[in-house]
Amino acid sequence: MNQVMITKPRKSPYRWLVYIALLAVYIWAFSGIPFTGIKETAGTVIQSIARGLFAPDWDYVYLPEGEDLLRGLLDTLAISVLGTVISALVSIPFAFWAATNINRFRPVSGTGKVTLSFVRTFPELVMALLFIKAVGPGSFAGVLALGLHSVGMLGKLYAEEIENIDRGPSEALLAAGANRLQLLWFAVLPQVLPGFLSISLLRFEINIRSATILGFIGAGGIGTPLIFALNTRHWDRVGIILLGIVIMITIIDLISGAVRKKLV
Amino acid sequence: MIELRHVTKIYPNATKGLNDINLTIQEGEFVAIVGLSGAGKSTLLRSINRLHDISEGEIIINGHSITKAKGQKLRLIRRNIGMIFQSFNLVKRSSVIRNVLAGRVGYHSTLRTLTGRFPKLDIELAFEALSRVNIAEKAYSRADELSGGQQQRVAIARVLAQEAKIILADEPVASLDPLTTKQVMDDLKKINLELGITTIVNLHFIDLARTYATRIIGLRAGEVVFDGPVSEATDERFAEIYGRPLGQDELLDEAVV
Amino acid sequence: MSLHIKMETNVHNQSARPKPPGRIKHYLTAVLILALIWGSSRQTDASFAELFTGMPNMMDLLKQMFPPRWSYFDNIVHGMLETIRMALIGTTIGTIVAIPVTLLCASNLAPSRWLYHLSRLLLNLVRTIPDLLLAAIFVSVFGLGPVPGILALTVFTVGLISKLTYELLETIDRGPIEALTAAGGNYIQRIVYGVVPQIQANFMSFVLYTFEINVRAAAVLGLVGAGGIGLYYEATLGFLEYDKTCVIILFTLAVVLLIDYAGTKLREKLL
Repeated sequence: MNQVMITKPRKSPYRWLVYIALLAVYIWAFSGIPFTGIKETAGTVIQSIARGLFAPDWDYVYLPEGEDLLRGLLDTLAISVLGTVISALVSIPFAFWAATNINRFRPVSGTGKVTLSFVRTFPELVMALLFIKAVGPGSFAGVLALGLHSVGMLGKLYAEEIENIDRGPSEALLAAGANRLQLLWFAVLPQVLPGFLSISLLRFEINIRSATILGFIGAGGIGTPLIFALNTRHWDRVGIILLGIVIMITIIDLISGAVRKKLV
Repeated sequence: MIELRHVTKIYPNATKGLNDINLTIQEGEFVAIVGLSGAGKSTLLRSINRLHDISEGEIIINGHSITKAKGQKLRLIRRNIGMIFQSFNLVKRSSVIRNVLAGRVGYHSTLRTLTGRFPKLDIELAFEALSRVNIAEKAYSRADELSGGQQQRVAIARVLAQEAKIILADEPVASLDPLTTKQVMDDLKKINLELGITTIVNLHFIDLARTYATRIIGLRAGEVVFDGPVSEATDERFAEIYGRPLGQDELLDEAVV
Repeated sequence: MSLHIKMETNVHNQSARPKPPGRIKHYLTAVLILALIWGSSRQTDASFAELFTGMPNMMDLLKQMFPPRWSYFDNIVHGMLETIRMALIGTTIGTIVAIPVTLLCASNLAPSRWLYHLSRLLLNLVRTIPDLLLAAIFVSVFGLGPVPGILALTVFTVGLISKLTYELLETIDRGPIEALTAAGGNYIQRIVYGVVPQIQANFMSFVLYTFEINVRAAAVLGLVGAGGIGLYYEATLGFLEYDKTCVIILFTLAVVLLIDYAGTKLREKLL
């Protein structure tokens, strides 16, 4: 018999090592978590929350003397609008700093990229804590925290937008005797602005989510009454606030998504 | 007048792009530069307005050395040299008129151009330029709504609005179909004749060069191997330039049929 | 003949100067945006004068943060390990839950129309709630500690991975699935042999990416009492020990950057 042996390609022998390592990591992870410390009341609390969600405190939506749901949501919206606007503007110089086709000298754009990833990593809540020390508790601290933290992501995405532009128009302008600023204004900016706007809107969608929790640490918005209601176990109020947040964010997502579609 | 004296270009990877080129181009000439791709046509053209720096030699534009010029002086020389590209190089999202006005930036202070308010005279000039290439009715369309041939005509209008004395065209018809090729080449020729603008065009198709140019320069491996009037540019001479008999690739008409 | 040409040039001249497009739309947009900014700054009491007068305070704070009290490092290693554990467990459980959810949410694979619409709606609603908010709710249900944090991360993971994956699923090649259907494969067999091989590399990349995000999130969950290194912010800030806070921040930055770097490298290898 002239049998042709077809050998099965051998898988890497290190495969098993990887599996064993993964298993060890999981054992390490699960063994370190105290799963026992759960409150016995959890069941009844869940029932209360469910009841609160289905029978929300409708009166809280609007209170004539202030501190109601609508004003809290409006505050949250305002924090994210202003935070996004500030970061959208601050990010522009950072993006040009980090873009490799603007700064051909690698160390320059490199340090720009590192700075941006540093800012991105710095949690916005910690930034808010620091800004509260500077300007006192309230919405403005939240605005500043969002404004600074967002620069990390916006700067990076803006820089990528700049790196993707068509070099042709810049070349044409250079050949027509334009200087650096004119090059930027007539060849680069018209190409990147729609992208910048679209990215900023995406960030706005993220920021409005962050703004709902800034109140937990005293940086304004709907988070303040929410954490208060949670701590005092006003489940019907928790219910109405959650409902308000979900509705507001859904509407914002729809509007922002529609505008972004039009931009591209 | 454009003078190239002993122009040599060596790329960072040590290949010679141009080798000791000496040329004088008079005002009002329509010069076609032909040669195989990689012969140095584009490098030569881009050396003239210094989009590429040369390694040795000197290039003099109307008595001013562009090789030695820096900063403002370089920009002033460039202002007099318009350039047309194979890929049009328009800002696709901007309107046609804004693209044409971009040719005027060399005439104004940075501050003035940044506010976006071009003088009335500039806008007149831009419309005149657009009318000359028969595309004025598209002035407020976005550049990317236009066909390739129309976009190239906008690019020509940009150069006209720039009031350039010299036009460099780097493979201006390479991305166009034969019909629009003829329109664009006709436009270039008309401008050359009516306004007396010195025109230097890189062309791949030899029959196009013979139809439109008054003088043909043949390049091979970075050296000038032919320089003379169209009448001398016979098929036999071109076979020499190309190192082989002419094929369909070099002839537009044959390529169409 | 000459008349004809003349008429044509006339028509040409008329159409030579098109009217510039109206600018009203642009002005209205600008006014709207400015009004939005103005209203927002009124609502948030934004005052950059306040920022400037507050600057010395912040500088003072930064000064107190340096030099960092490195000895505090030993106290927080445990918290950091807990953070990583939470992220790991949350990502894993969330990924497992996300698999069936994804199938329900992909328009080309969902077993029934109304199940598809229902799960899409629920997923979109869940995705509106930020992880820290979930954590705060879970803390009030289950008490302080890492368990509510893990639950919050799990829910967040389900939302993110399901969304990324169903969008990918909707772009896959239908050919292999049809081949399996023709060969008599059932639903599970079609998924395992027709779908999984097409998406597994991307899916692993999504999981790694989500893990990176979860590590960042887990680092601040402690601020609402949901375990991890975030707990130590309040402890140190409350006692004004900013040099210790600085150690926490630097340690977190280092770990997050390291995990991000490793994750990015692994993802590049996968795709």
